[in-house]
Amino acid sequence: MRSMVGGALLLCMSAIAALAADGKDIAANGTSGGALPCSSCHGEHGEGTPASGFPRLAGLNVQYIEHQLESFKNGTRKNDVMQPIVAALSDDERKTIANYYADMTAPKAEAEPAAPAAIAAGAKLAATGDWPKGMPGCGQCHGAAGLGVGATFPRLAGQSATYIENALQSWKAGDRKNDPMGLMASVASKLNDDQIKNVAAYYESLPVAAPARSPETKP
Amino acid sequence: MSGNPIKPSTWAAGVVALAAAGFIGHMLPSTGTAPEQPAASAQPAKQAKSESPTPKAVAPVQETAAPARKTEATSASYTPPAESDIPKGPFGDMVRLGEAIFHDTQHNAKGFVGNDLQCANCHIDRGRQPNSAPLGAAYLLYPAYRSKNGHVNTFQERLQGCFRFSMNGKAPPFNDKVLVALETYAYFLARGGPTGVAVEGHGYPKLKAPGQPADYDRGAKVYAQHCALCHGAGGEGQKSADGQTVFPPLWGPRSFNWGAGMGSINNAAGFIKANMPLGLGGTLSDQDAWDVATYMDSQERPQDPRFVDSVTETRKRFHDEPTSKYGLIVNGVLLGEKSPPSGTINTMD
Ligand code: HEC
Ligand code: HEC
Ligand code: HEC
Ligand code: HEC
Repeated sequence: MRSMVGGALLLCMSAIAALAADGKDIAANGTSGGALPCSSCHGEHGEGTPASGFPRLAGLNVQYIEHQLESFKNGTRKNDVMQPIVAALSDDERKTIANYYADMTAPKAEAEPAAPAAIAAGAKLAATGDWPKGMPGCGQCHGAAGLGVGATFPRLAGQSATYIENALQSWKAGDRKNDPMGLMASVASKLNDDQIKNVAAYYESLPVAAPARSPETKP
Repeated sequence: MSGNPIKPSTWAAGVVALAAAGFIGHMLPSTGTAPEQPAASAQPAKQAKSESPTPKAVAPVQETAAPARKTEATSASYTPPAESDIPKGPFGDMVRLGEAIFHDTQHNAKGFVGNDLQCANCHIDRGRQPNSAPLGAAYLLYPAYRSKNGHVNTFQERLQGCFRFSMNGKAPPFNDKVLVALETYAYFLARGGPTGVAVEGHGYPKLKAPGQPADYDRGAKVYAQHCALCHGAGGEGQKSADGQTVFPPLWGPRSFNWGAGMGSINNAAGFIKANMPLGLGGTLSDQDAWDVATYMDSQERPQDPRFVDSVTETRKRFHDEPTSKYGLIVNGVLLGEKSPPSGTINTMD
């Protein structure tokens, strides 16, 4: 009796371990289907490689990551690097790896700091937008500190500036059409290249997590 | 960043031209939050108070190019000064404080706020955006008689009402620093505009009456398709990971109360048409805007702080008009009966 329970428990535990290992395994070694190891570009801890425009994945919302992987698969998000990789993932593998990265908490990757003037101009745009052109501030959807909201509005704080620039340019070019209600396409269409550079620099400069609440602001 | 011209916006097709209609729109016996002031259409535009503390010349009054508006008596427009025109010194500091309060009321006017909203949630671009009741254009119209309280209101008194109703809080006392700062900011934004004239883009647009009577069920569908993504399926809004409100609640205990101007369906329809979904203003049809405004204004929210005796009596005194659902039964609920209390000042933070 005891050995049966023990056996079942052991089986159960190894199944969980296998599931957990899957995400880690895919990230480190790729898949038998031919997907390249994610960590070679997105970093060992999902922190990304800012200078190359390989985005940070650690701590992004799980549904957001799944939505992006599905978008690469169905072509509503075009990218020569990511599309073949995602094509090689099964439905289950997509879910597994999305959960793996969503649960990660990696420190921010080192990046060359941008010019303070660019960061300041970006901060202004992020806070107050460019309403004469009908463009809201980025923070009105992504949160004042760029931490993101729910499953739909991704965190931008601490993300690679090169990646943010690429993302905005791909909306402008029509290579990314996966945003709900066309919200980001509309925003990107109103941005000029200087604004894109500045706002990307600003978001890269921010910490990836909410600062701990100071004691006197506790409820 | 340069000034934001207050001009007719391009989507104006379905919107009744505002200009002189500023008056007509307010003829409704309403909880109407706009001043009842005859648009001083025929008068030559007076320049704003001359003791402007900045040496810089005021922006020239821009004539609007809209050709279809010839029949409208007032088409005065002006460009509020740019942010960079805020002068140095104590006056400029007060302007800046006012802007900060307007943009982040939660943190900068603590103690007077009883919900999760900011002034700028309903007056877009820190009170600069035409067709979202811009602050400078409002300043030009005060003091004014208001039927809401039956006497001539100063601008400060108007601001007090915003705290009591829209912010579900309590009115700062006259000449409290919060009111002085907001008034100073509004005065700054009004620079160069004609006093006593309802300029282009003031208030919210008055939409033509809908083709079909506005409908709750159709409104629910519009809401699910165009609004819920941000404001939440239950109108509760959404916060970001640090607990800050990003998408403000549209109803429920943390939104504006039953006495607020946004609770009037005509105000809400105009605001929504011009400004929502965020960044896509002007894309909804007039019918959709009326329907979704009706849906939003048929939900429970904090009690009207003017409540007297009963919901029925309160409706009779303050809501007896087709643009308010207060005191009516919608989906089996008598609106106003189970309202959360009003004026629940935020104590946390
Ligand atoms: C050869 C480098 C490379 C490898 C390997 C790689 N990626 Fe990527 N990944 C990129 C690049 C580049 C982008 C940005 C694409 C763009 O700009 O649209 C990206 C974007 C993404 C995004 C979108 C992130 C966001 O914020 O929207 C996800 C999710 C992602 N990758 C997951 C993976 C996973 C999972 C793997 C492993 C199975 C993987 N990547 C392997 C280079 C790589
Ligand atoms: C009206 C709402 C809204 C505003 C305003 C907005 N965004 Fe977005 N943004 C979104 C949504 C929704 C997405 C997710 C799109 C998707 O699912 O692919 C997004 C995604 C992004 C992404 C992709 C992130 C990633 O990990 O791939 C970037 C970069 C971005 N936004 C930058 C900005 C910047 C910069 C601004 C201000 C100039 C801005 N956004 C303003 C709604 C908005
Ligand atoms: C829930 C939305 C909402 C919030 C929040 C809000 N207002 Fe308003 N405000 C309105 C509405 C609706 C009107 C009525 C406009 C009309 O009748 O044309 C209005 C009118 C005004 C007016 C008069 C405008 C005019 O053109 O006559 C001023 C001034 C004003 N608000 C200031 C403020 C200030 C200051 C705050 C913050 C303390 C604030 N509002 C918060 C919705 C809001
Ligand atoms: C992309 C996100 C988004 C969508 C979609 C959206 N809103 Fe908003 N809404 C906002 C934000 C952000 C504000 C605050 C604006 C500001 O501060 O500048 C706001 C403000 C408001 C307000 C005034 C503040 C309050 O809480 O009462 C109303 C009313 C409103 N929205 C109604 C709607 C309606 C109705 C729809 C659908 C037709 C809609 N919104 C769609 C983001 C959105």
